[in-house]
Amino acid sequence: MIGAVKPTIVENTMKNDVILQVQDLSIVYQTPRGDVMATTDVSFDLRKGETMALIGESGSGKTTLSLSFIRMLPNSARVTKGKILYSRDGVTRDILEMSDNEIRRFRWSDCAMVFQGAQNAFNPVLRVRQQFADTAAAHGKTDKAWIKQRTLELFKLVRLDPERVYEAYPHEMSGGMRQRSLLALGVLLDPQIVILDEPTTALDILTQRAIIDVLKEMQQRLNFSIIFISHDLALAAEMASRVATVYAGEIVEEGSVEDIFYRHRHPYTLGLIRSVPRLSRQQDELMSIPGEPPNLITPPSGCKFHPRCMFASDKCKVDPPPLVEYEPGHRAACWHTDKVAAARIAFAAQD
Amino acid sequence: MEPILQFKNVSRSFKKGRIPIPVLQDIDLSVNALEFLCLVGESGCGKTTTGKILSGLLAPSSGRVLFEGRDVSKLRGEAYRHYRRSVQIIHQDPYASLNPTQTIYDILSFPLFRHKLVHNRTQARDRVAELLTMVDLTPVLDVIDKYPHQLSGGQRQRVSIARALTTNPSVIIADEAVSMVDVSIRIGLLNMLMDMRTSLNVTIVFITHDLALAKYFAWDGRIAVMYLGRVVEIGRTPDLIGEPQHPYTRVLLSAIPEADPQKTRSKQHILLRSEDIPRLTELPPGCSFHPRCPWFVEGVCDARVPQLAPVPASASASEVACIPLTEGAALTLYTP
Repeated sequence: MIGAVKPTIVENTMKNDVILQVQDLSIVYQTPRGDVMATTDVSFDLRKGETMALIGESGSGKTTLSLSFIRMLPNSARVTKGKILYSRDGVTRDILEMSDNEIRRFRWSDCAMVFQGAQNAFNPVLRVRQQFADTAAAHGKTDKAWIKQRTLELFKLVRLDPERVYEAYPHEMSGGMRQRSLLALGVLLDPQIVILDEPTTALDILTQRAIIDVLKEMQQRLNFSIIFISHDLALAAEMASRVATVYAGEIVEEGSVEDIFYRHRHPYTLGLIRSVPRLSRQQDELMSIPGEPPNLITPPSGCKFHPRCMFASDKCKVDPPPLVEYEPGHRAACWHTDKVAAARIAFAAQD
Repeated sequence: MEPILQFKNVSRSFKKGRIPIPVLQDIDLSVNALEFLCLVGESGCGKTTTGKILSGLLAPSSGRVLFEGRDVSKLRGEAYRHYRRSVQIIHQDPYASLNPTQTIYDILSFPLFRHKLVHNRTQARDRVAELLTMVDLTPVLDVIDKYPHQLSGGQRQRVSIARALTTNPSVIIADEAVSMVDVSIRIGLLNMLMDMRTSLNVTIVFITHDLALAKYFAWDGRIAVMYLGRVVEIGRTPDLIGEPQHPYTRVLLSAIPEADPQKTRSKQHILLRSEDIPRLTELPPGCSFHPRCPWFVEGVCDARVPQLAPVPASASASEVACIPLTEGAALTLYTP
């Protein structure tokens, strides 16, 4: 698929099934008012075929993080530290060190991204089939019969009428159909990773359900990994195999979807879960997290969550807590995980 | 209880070129004093138009709107001003609904002067400070002379709520009032709105696309589910969520993901016959949900327009607009 270029190959330190490894990644935005620390010391692994959800509020740095994986950060952003290792067919490379030509081919062949509100991503004056053909051609695939066959196959997979959509212009399709066509376009070149930024926020409930089902089916058939960014906890509960909670540019908790929803140890995760109403409960007791997300030019000292945290002690104001592994694969950064556990048990009694 | 606001057979259409688009059709709806009422539906169902007509920002194309029992279109002079003062609206987007060139004081004092609720600057400043305290924007001096862009989204939405309170309204229409703010502070805003019922004697009509949020808000009240310009089911919240009747309500509830991995993954989803939402300009005959409804009955659903009525021998007291249900038939899956 990709002509591996020697100089950027790095020594493979990753376990077999890990395809993306983020190591101590820090990103700042340079602004006239000062440096915005959008991402600080983020590390995590993405394995083959898994779905990782990054959940957090607006301004928590989750979009910055995902843009860095395809090196699409705006000019004002600077990676100050860290590596993003990517592995395919036994070859491991650092995305941040790839040449321009390598990164151009890496995007879409290895890692596709579907942006927020992406229903408007199609060129309105070109037929859908043309846009599929152009994408393939940009990656050296010019066999027309192959492109047509692959395109029609993918339309079927996303439950669209292949013949109708193939010749259609984007305006002839509804928002949900465009979103599904875009998912088909995303996997055209058989990428290993698909990044989805708020994949269903602009869509209606029933369209959202259709997209979720299509995504699950596609992933089962094509076995790609998904990183998706959302503030919607219900979507994470439905789709993700792993979840990372992002607060003020840091991963504060990471674990399997069950770890995060049933055994969370960070007060921010607890706060998010406690603020979401559920249909399956009778009357729920919900609580907001007091205060607002911090300014990342002058973030709070110690644990960045301490000004909003009900368990904060003097230690939290001074010492930033490290991300500690509590169970295999379940990490949290908090000095008071025992108190969080007690509050969690009290809250779960509502079910 | 006497309804404070009432729709009698209200329809509204907008013209696009020469083609009329029927956005609301034959809506009958009562808002009872001090109840929690929630309008729920997907985009294009007419919930925002309903809110605008309730608050007097739009007039119906046909039908009547009654406020305290009197036809709004017949109100003149002080009686009309009383209606407009009494029913206020909070818009969805706190970034678009506050004038960026005015300070918070300007924004909140304008309606006070306009309705002669204050007579000089000192009174106005005192009242604005009081309003900001009511919505927890304290210390007041940190906020009052700022411009909207200096506040966060959550703070702006609090300003919007304060603005709705300037005229001491008896009804507030909250149109997706919390959907643009972050998850972690959403419930705080919602709880504040709910507390106003008791602290300020305000009736709140909450408009949202999020059924879980509607359930939380209106647990002691009612929910009306709208689809393509009509109310298809209305009833007490525990009934509507626990025993949904109308096929559309059932499909919606089955489709919504839940913030609980085991529950959401074991949910049974009801499949629609079609995922295409009909255009408002080409509404299907009969029940407008029939081309998508899994329980479609040929010759009935595509022939007659259903009216809201209770379902006989049902566990739910909700009223639904579905002919097979209200005529006592059991729903059977459609097979062509």
